[in-house]
Amino acid sequence: MTDRYRSFVNSAIGRQIAPRLGLPQPPVLQRHRVGDPVVDGPVLVGAAPGGRLAGAIARTLAAVGAETWTTEAGDLRQTAADAGLAPKIYADGAAGDQRFKALVLDATGIADVDALGELHAFFHPVARRLQGCGRIIVLGTTPELLDGSARIAQRALEGFTRSTGKEIKRGVTSQLVYVAPDAEDRIASTLRFLLSPRSAFVSGQVVRIMPSDRDPELNWSEPLKGKVALVTGASRGIGEAIAQTLARDGAHVVGLDIAPLADELAAVTGRIGGSAITLDVTDDDAGAVLAERLKADHGGVDVVVHNAGITRDKTLGNMKREVWDQVLAVNLRAPEAITRALLDAGTINRDGRIVGVASIAGIAGNFGQTNYATSKAGVIGLVDALAADVAARDITINAVAPGFIETQMTAKVPLGIREAGRRLSSLGQGGLPVDVAETIAWYASPASAGVNGNVVRVCGQSLLGA
Amino acid sequence: MPATVRRVAIVGGNRIPFARSNGAYATASNSDMLAAALDGLIDRFGLEGKVIGEVAAGAVLKHSRDFNMTREVVLGSRLDNASAAVDLQQACGTGLQAINYVANKIALGQIDSGIGGGVDTTSDAPLAIGDKLRKKLVAVNAQRTTADKVKALAKIRPGDIRLDIPANREPRTGLSMGDHQAITAKEWGITREAQDELTAASHRNLAAAYDRGFFDDLITPFRGLERDGNLRPDSTVEKLAKLKPVFGGPDGTMTAGNSTPLSDGASVVLLASEEWAEANDLPVLAYLTDVQTAAVGYVDGEEGLLMAPAYAVPRLLDRHGLTLQDFDYYEIHEAFAAQVLSTLKAWEDPTFCKVKLGRDAPLGSIDRDKLNVNGSSLAAAHPFAATGGRIIATLAKLLDERGGGRGLVSICAAGGQGVTAIVER
Repeated sequence: MTDRYRSFVNSAIGRQIAPRLGLPQPPVLQRHRVGDPVVDGPVLVGAAPGGRLAGAIARTLAAVGAETWTTEAGDLRQTAADAGLAPKIYADGAAGDQRFKALVLDATGIADVDALGELHAFFHPVARRLQGCGRIIVLGTTPELLDGSARIAQRALEGFTRSTGKEIKRGVTSQLVYVAPDAEDRIASTLRFLLSPRSAFVSGQVVRIMPSDRDPELNWSEPLKGKVALVTGASRGIGEAIAQTLARDGAHVVGLDIAPLADELAAVTGRIGGSAITLDVTDDDAGAVLAERLKADHGGVDVVVHNAGITRDKTLGNMKREVWDQVLAVNLRAPEAITRALLDAGTINRDGRIVGVASIAGIAGNFGQTNYATSKAGVIGLVDALAADVAARDITINAVAPGFIETQMTAKVPLGIREAGRRLSSLGQGGLPVDVAETIAWYASPASAGVNGNVVRVCGQSLLGA
Repeated sequence: MPATVRRVAIVGGNRIPFARSNGAYATASNSDMLAAALDGLIDRFGLEGKVIGEVAAGAVLKHSRDFNMTREVVLGSRLDNASAAVDLQQACGTGLQAINYVANKIALGQIDSGIGGGVDTTSDAPLAIGDKLRKKLVAVNAQRTTADKVKALAKIRPGDIRLDIPANREPRTGLSMGDHQAITAKEWGITREAQDELTAASHRNLAAAYDRGFFDDLITPFRGLERDGNLRPDSTVEKLAKLKPVFGGPDGTMTAGNSTPLSDGASVVLLASEEWAEANDLPVLAYLTDVQTAAVGYVDGEEGLLMAPAYAVPRLLDRHGLTLQDFDYYEIHEAFAAQVLSTLKAWEDPTFCKVKLGRDAPLGSIDRDKLNVNGSSLAAAHPFAATGGRIIATLAKLLDERGGGRGLVSICAAGGQGVTAIVER
């Protein structure tokens, strides 16, 4: 589905006309291509005094070979030196025409309201120095793990990153990463994802990172090498993109879909060298069958993506019970039942990853979608309910919540609603299936051991439910 | 041949005042200016009719006919004709490198006395004809008969007739030295204010040094100029702040004030073994202890064009078991105020010292009161090859006045090079 309006405003004529008419100008988002660097421009790092993450940030930037700059705050230079980095120095009044691809602030040192001024001190001078499709990343400490003034101040960070996401245009995204104490060395996969064009359509989000003992050796260009990934609803749309992306990252993908879509499924799995299972996830024995097949064919499974989903929109007064039941069965009962069956059977390997697909409708609610929104909010509940249990087995469970994604499904939405879905977001456009897939690939990475219990929206910071 | 290297004495120096481009020396050639500087040195130290072991000098901008410039100047001087001479060239490092060349020969016992220095003119610049025209004229010259010469001449088209003007530009990047330094200044966070302060101090210090007669036995007036033409004794930070940026775009920090101007001038330094100085009843101001040259890659932005001295100095320090703080004077050539400040900041910076220099701790800060105490290139100006001689003579005299001590010299050069030295008394 092409976004003709976005194409128009990015054409030679459109670039002239749109600003004169005060029309929105959604940019063409930069997306990852195989072989691209994590970040293709200068990254400016700052730190509020007393922070604890600058070293981990510097190590990640050194590992990805980013052109790094720092402010001269505190012992940031020494920290960078310890990480083997020789960054350039940003100073107000000396930076000339310098622009940055990303602005990263270690805000963990912010322990009270006054220290929130560090946000202004770091970002204000460089707010106009971000390149198109740039990144704002603030790293703080998980407020729920703090007390008193520090908790208040850390909670406050969210208002800042959500606002910068809305304020700075041109494809810039803004995120907040809450890092638990002792989880400093678990931030690499998240920082890489948020810095890179892989997170093109993710903005205004909050990610929580927990400590983990699991620290696997990783080939970052093929992080899922040797892993087996089950993707339900893999024959088309977002599911197809997920299957392709996980395969790109080295996984053997087991695609699953219902019998009527067997041919399309086989085409997808054939293209990526995966295998196909034809199955209805709502079958009572679906979990047991899957556990057996995965154990027998692959010795287990490492990544489970519950992507299969349906919509049957009706206003509540017009909605028949079976329509309600269909949606709940596919979207929520199946993921819960299959997850429990695979866990009980021990089919999900150590360092396993379970990923649910929720929706912004599950967060914000939506007209005509009482059934769908209930099921998708339930997926968030599934993450909440299982996160602690699976963590004890070195497994994580997270969900993505897509917003308006350009698929065959959304192509059928009436024009007015479709345009509203696209434009009423910070990035002013719909996302692509690959944007959801990249987010899932980040969850799936063995390096994301500390990323558990998260629900990250892939919605271009849609105004709905924000 | 001596069993060990000999100490190299700095007997003294001489230069002509430096003039701004197309100013007082607009019609003076490199040879004229070098001859004037040498003539003053001969007078000062009674060298008339004496044989000097070797005279080494060079110019950065040089006419092709001046291939043997220094020897020609010696032949035209009052030195004995048996004084050998050599032309050297290492961009802005030329002067100090020529001094190093002479010093090494003295240290090894190959010669007992020598003169090192340099000269440059940006006024009497070596304009060349465009390459198309030059090649066609070469072809004309190769013809034997008049008829063939005329035929070859007829091939010249109006479009071929162009001038090739020497430019202060790095061939591999197409950027001028100022453009390069503007990048480095930005990447080290060097502010306009800091650059202007350094510039004002340079003018203030040079003016004060003139006023107390410091340069009386270091300078010979030339063509009506008695002091450096670029010196602005009344320069202040406030006045400098009014200048528009010339490098680094409209938001840049580098101006015509805190960058050195194009200029003309010459300088020479007399070096000798201690025995030769004593035998000729000449003073010893100080000793040239050691010289270190370094180079960096800069073409792909891997390092700043003018940052090589930051690499050379730590090697010097290590070789002599010294720290950066073990000096009484620091003579850091002010190609641009930002070059000096970037270098000092690099030595203070843990990331540069660890990652680029491989040291556990930064070299640290210097006492700014010991930096360029009698002014430097921002005030005196910078006729490229003449700067090394100006600095060595100034520093040697400073150490002599002080009655002892140690000085550090740092000169950056085009092509990502730098020449540094230790001078002691």
